Amino acid sequence: MSNNSTVAVQFENISRFFGETKAADDLSFSVREGEFFSMLGPSGSGKTTCLRLIAGFEIPDSGKLYIHNREMSTVPPYDRDVNTVFQSYALFPHMNVEENISYCLMLKKINKKERLIKAEEMLELVQLPGLGNRKPSELSGGQRQRVALARALINHPSVLLLDEPLGALDLKLREKMQIELKDLQRKIGITFIYVTHDQQEALSMSDRIAVFNNGKIEQLGTAKEIYETPRTLFVADFVGSSNVILGKLSEKIFNKNASFTIRPERIRVLAPNENTLSNLEICIYGEVADIQYQGAHLKYMILIEGQYEIIVQQQNVSPGTKHLFQPNIGQEVKLVWNRTDSNEII
Amino acid sequence: MTRRISTFLYLNPNFFLLFLLTPVILWLGIVYVGSIFSLLFQSFFSIDEYTGLIVREFTLNTYISLFSPANFDIIIRTTTMAFVVTIVSALIAFPIAYYMAMYSSKKTKAIFYVAVMLPLWSSYLVRVYSWKLILAKEGILNWLLELIHIDWLLDLILKIPVIGGGTLSTSYIGTMIVFVYIWLPFMILPIQSALEKVPKSLLDASADLGAKNRQTFWLVIFPLTLPGIVAGSIFTFSLTLGDYIIPGIIGSSRFFIGQAVYMHQGTAGNIPLAAAFSVVPIIIMGIYLSIAKKMGAFEAL
Repeated sequence: MSNNSTVAVQFENISRFFGETKAADDLSFSVREGEFFSMLGPSGSGKTTCLRLIAGFEIPDSGKLYIHNREMSTVPPYDRDVNTVFQSYALFPHMNVEENISYCLMLKKINKKERLIKAEEMLELVQLPGLGNRKPSELSGGQRQRVALARALINHPSVLLLDEPLGALDLKLREKMQIELKDLQRKIGITFIYVTHDQQEALSMSDRIAVFNNGKIEQLGTAKEIYETPRTLFVADFVGSSNVILGKLSEKIFNKNASFTIRPERIRVLAPNENTLSNLEICIYGEVADIQYQGAHLKYMILIEGQYEIIVQQQNVSPGTKHLFQPNIGQEVKLVWNRTDSNEII
Repeated sequence: MTRRISTFLYLNPNFFLLFLLTPVILWLGIVYVGSIFSLLFQSFFSIDEYTGLIVREFTLNTYISLFSPANFDIIIRTTTMAFVVTIVSALIAFPIAYYMAMYSSKKTKAIFYVAVMLPLWSSYLVRVYSWKLILAKEGILNWLLELIHIDWLLDLILKIPVIGGGTLSTSYIGTMIVFVYIWLPFMILPIQSALEKVPKSLLDASADLGAKNRQTFWLVIFPLTLPGIVAGSIFTFSLTLGDYIIPGIIGSSRFFIGQAVYMHQGTAGNIPLAAAFSVVPIIIMGIYLSIAKKMGAFEAL
């Protein structure tokens, strides 16, 4: 794999400990050239440490890090061809926007005129033309985020690292920036490595996702793979919500004592007497214990045999829709899903 | 009754504020500003050279006499000393403050705080006299230098004209050393607090964009801690301008502004000249602060 020219960043048995905490525990994985790669996990899972290892702010305790097939484990940050968009943006408060963006050009002793032109080009790329003279303190959160992005991109890094760049923005702006970031990545074609704890963000933007937990990668795959075939209970639980079926109920449904997950939106609620459509489908009976109204969805808590709870999510469609069954609390229902939608986990 | 008072104050917060501020305003207004103005008034009077009585008529003669060679010498000497003390204090304080802010653990930081503050807990006079013992010809410093056979170096330094002298304790270098020692805490603490406020992510960002450590220092850390350095230098500069004890105990016996004020208002009985001398540090500080402001020292605040 290390000879493969399409690998942008490669971790080879990398560990990084902080006292007793294993922030990176014998990690091996690689990021492909030009992909949008997300590192997803709860806080303290080691995803930010991995990003800092790539940037050079952390040095691995053991293992090797390759960037474009060159070993970079102990190379200081200023000699690495990667740039970072920081969580808090980390804009220099004593410099204006133009000076912030062209900071690395100034370090390279490029003349003032050229710096101004390049900085303005970057401002246009991030859709903030003409704001070069403002101080960071005079910008909104979204604008600061764009300036941080422009500053990290001006040097044309081979890999761009983004550390929860949208974390401080409100929901609407965040969704808008997600689309813009993805567009930008397609346009300039460089590798993006994106750290986030927001599973929705990771699912909607990434080519591939690595789900982190306790310094290890629980699963690495495309958004579809991660969501639809989670490999572990942690992934099933952290990415979206899942019904976990195990023990007696698992034996009853699957004739196997193992753990299975099924997404709430893949289960259909039918009237008890309604015919199931095919023998590929799983079918169990239960009673509606509670209904939650969630706007776009209705969430049903169904009790199977009075003890196992299964959650079903139903689109909140027009009440007149054909074949629609909307039971009330206490009513008996039939739950049906495709056998292939339930997924065995370890 | 107390309930009615507290309700009244709750509903009239401005009245409450006035109630709280009145003693402060009276104190600042009468005792503090009042005494400064009376000082200013005094400096526009003059002394009758024959009778030694104060002539209460407006005149600039007292100020003009500040420019007589003997008096002007005192001003130049004091201002130069204040500058040198400030620069040397900043050079010594910065690395200490930098270590405290950037590298020390909670525990070592506490030890550093105590070490920096410790001298302030003992008498200023005692500390100055103990420095006299350290710097004197028969003092511990000379003894130590002789022990390691580099006393020739000290002799060489003391041979430098003007700032040198017979021994360290009777030279300007000695005065400077003691000034720096006494005022150092006032320089370390503001710099340290300014350094603490620099987010570590800015240092990461600078390195990430290709800056070597030296460049990060001059382009990011230094500009952001400049207000702290200026705050510290206001202390060292103004305290040196006004001090009359240290140059009286350690150094050549030439006068500093503080000593001149002390002498003129006391033994010489020339209150107007003492007042005029006291105005000098105020003016110098005003000039100093406006230059610092022009240089952008307060922009990062």
